[in-house]
Amino acid sequence: MDFWLSDDERDLQDGIRSFLLGRFPIDVVRAGEEQPGVIDRDRWRELAATGVFSVAADIGMRAAVLVFEELGRALVPGPLAASALAAAWVSGTATGDTIVGVLETLDDPVLVEHPAQVDVLLIVSDEGLLRLDASALTMHTIERPLDTLTPVAVVRRPLPAATRVDTSSAARQFERDAVVLTSALQLGVALGATHLAQEYAKQREQFGRPIGGFQAVKHLLADMLVKSEVARSAVYAAACAVDGAGTDDAYRAASVAKVMAGEAALFCGKTGIQVHGGMGFTWEVHAQRYWKRAVALDNSFGIIDHHAAIIAATL
Amino acid sequence: MDLCYTAEEDTFRSELRAWLADVLPHVPPEPPTHEWAARRVWDTAWQQMLFEAGYAGINWPTEYGGRGATPTEHLIFLEETERARAPYVGMNFVGLLHAGPTLVVEASAEQKAAHLPPILRGEHVWCQGFSEPSAGSDLAALRCRAIRDGDHYVISGQKIWTSFAHVADYCEILVRTDTDVPKHRGITWLIMPMDSAGIDVRPLRTMDGGIEFSEMFLDEVRVPVANRVGDENDGWRVAMTTLSFERGTAFVSELLQTMELVADLAELAKHITRRSALAWDDAGLRRDLGKVAAELDALWALTRRNISEASRTGLVGAGGNVFKLAYTDLRHRLGEIAMHLLERASLSMDDIDELPSGRHVHGRIHGLKMTIAAGTSQVQRNIIGERLLGLPKER
Ligand SMILES: Cc1cc2nc3c(=O)[nH]c(=O)nc-3n(C[C@H](O)[C@H](O)[C@H](O)COP(=O)(O)OP(=O)(O)OC[C@H]3O[C@@H](n4cnc5c(N)ncnc54)[C@H](O)[C@@H]3O)c2cc1C
Repeated sequence: MDFWLSDDERDLQDGIRSFLLGRFPIDVVRAGEEQPGVIDRDRWRELAATGVFSVAADIGMRAAVLVFEELGRALVPGPLAASALAAAWVSGTATGDTIVGVLETLDDPVLVEHPAQVDVLLIVSDEGLLRLDASALTMHTIERPLDTLTPVAVVRRPLPAATRVDTSSAARQFERDAVVLTSALQLGVALGATHLAQEYAKQREQFGRPIGGFQAVKHLLADMLVKSEVARSAVYAAACAVDGAGTDDAYRAASVAKVMAGEAALFCGKTGIQVHGGMGFTWEVHAQRYWKRAVALDNSFGIIDHHAAIIAATL
Repeated sequence: MDLCYTAEEDTFRSELRAWLADVLPHVPPEPPTHEWAARRVWDTAWQQMLFEAGYAGINWPTEYGGRGATPTEHLIFLEETERARAPYVGMNFVGLLHAGPTLVVEASAEQKAAHLPPILRGEHVWCQGFSEPSAGSDLAALRCRAIRDGDHYVISGQKIWTSFAHVADYCEILVRTDTDVPKHRGITWLIMPMDSAGIDVRPLRTMDGGIEFSEMFLDEVRVPVANRVGDENDGWRVAMTTLSFERGTAFVSELLQTMELVADLAELAKHITRRSALAWDDAGLRRDLGKVAAELDALWALTRRNISEASRTGLVGAGGNVFKLAYTDLRHRLGEIAMHLLERASLSMDDIDELPSGRHVHGRIHGLKMTIAAGTSQVQRNIIGERLLGLPKER
């Protein structure tokens, strides 16, 4: 056993991080809030060119989670996980020409993310993996989404007929892998929120000293780090399980990652706001963006409660 | 020790209940949150109705238009108006619950006569100009300077997070009048008319996309010395009166609203399906909501204890800090329960058809605000640790 990043893995993560810092700095990402569709197609293709939508298939889940952690940290918007796993059923994903999302149809209301920009939707169902052109849906766009960088629309029933493209076990596997990639995004969100709050706590002064010097604030930040590191371990373990680099059950490990990274992202998101005081409640400061993305990602591929129930069923 | 109401209190309650039943059907629907002009009209109209019926300023002195009633009757008023889902104080919050009560205790007879009746009639909207960019938790570090020039103070500096500044007529403002003494000693409390020359109000966008508070830039704003409440350099003590009000009865309506929110969430859970099962069939959800409901009942009991203490001593004691900390912590957890119940609908800040997702998502965001505004939870804990438990200070 050697559960620590190899040099190649470290280089991969450093590489994607500096690419994102250069091409997707937070101010560029948030500028998307002022546009009707938040995804810039050219930038989506740039992501594709760095391998974001092919790394899982070409290298494996361990490499993919390292990349997705950085995408989460940078708050890059879009249906990243689905687009990165759809190459077998939808053409043009690896090059970034086709944007693929999912439709979670079990409960009402059915909400689709990035309604104006997603091209193809996949549906995980008991009959198998289904495929639908987004243009076939009747949708009502929500005026004020929680996360402005995750626009949503309500899909009206009845849903149009979808084409079955694969078996139910393939569908289950697609979903499992999407859960792992989403948990990696959540890990990144948790780390991003923590980093922002940590820097603020060093620099903001009250009572003549940096607020990070108060134990109350120090302990909040310490809890953020603890949640993030525990989550990181769960996410990396799930990636190993999916890659068969270990004996853990990949389905259970995926749910564990989603629970732990989901908790970490939500906790770090809200605590980051708290550490910023009044600033945290403003639109301008990014603290709120991490929390909102944490909520959006918790609701992708099953919320914490859902995955906790899956784990409970294995006990 | 008992929780019984006297015959007079019962009469007060039933008369109020009858009045509410009478008038509420004629109140127009509430304007959208961020339509400030329409909201001002609406808030003022409701306050006028209360005033005319003798229900404005329940516990304020009668000579200034109040009812002169007991704190218990005040509590009954808050309880009944909330139960009847009557309009809340809205932008009259600062006037009715912060500045007004401070004026009642600290202002001169002339100041009271000039300001209390218009607050009660809903004619004057107030804001609170305490916080500054470098003076938030450390409020006493405020730097906004007021220099005496004859019978005026000339104010220059910056305020921030001033709720309602963009609609207010008056501001209760804290200024620095002496820089050579320890920070708490050189502060003065002034009434600043918001139409004075030299005030630049710049609204700040909040995380829900709306406008609630502003930055306020003050450039040689002239305020008459006659507008000073309390002595020069005694403003910290005056301000602490305000803050204890803020932590006293100001949350009663909120608490009751939160009880309704819990009841409504339970009702919602009985009608929506999650993963093909009725949401209410989830024992975890029922337990979580049950716990929150228990806490709310206990906080309602705490409120009545606090009010009883105030009736006896005339002051809101430490119970105010206990309440704020416990209540705001609960709002975070309740918000999270609601978001989990909504699941994907929580991605919308608007209601979706019949589903009140917008209400509950805004409720969640409200929780995020409540642990920061009016003294952060960390500061509340410091106060409890230092003042109630007598523990040594960290700084
Ligand atoms: C929605 C909203 C409305 C508001 N309305 C008004 C208004 O109308 N008028 C007005 O004057 N103000 C208003 N405020 C300001 C509010 O009172 C301040 O935001 C609050 O006191 C915190 O100050 P700050 O924002 O400067 O945060 P900071 O004081 O910078 O706090 C940052 C972080 O440090 C922590 N911290 C600071 N000092 C300590 C310490 N000694 N020990 C431990 N932790 C510490 C805090 O808990 C927080 O987590 C409003 C704020 C909000 C969010």
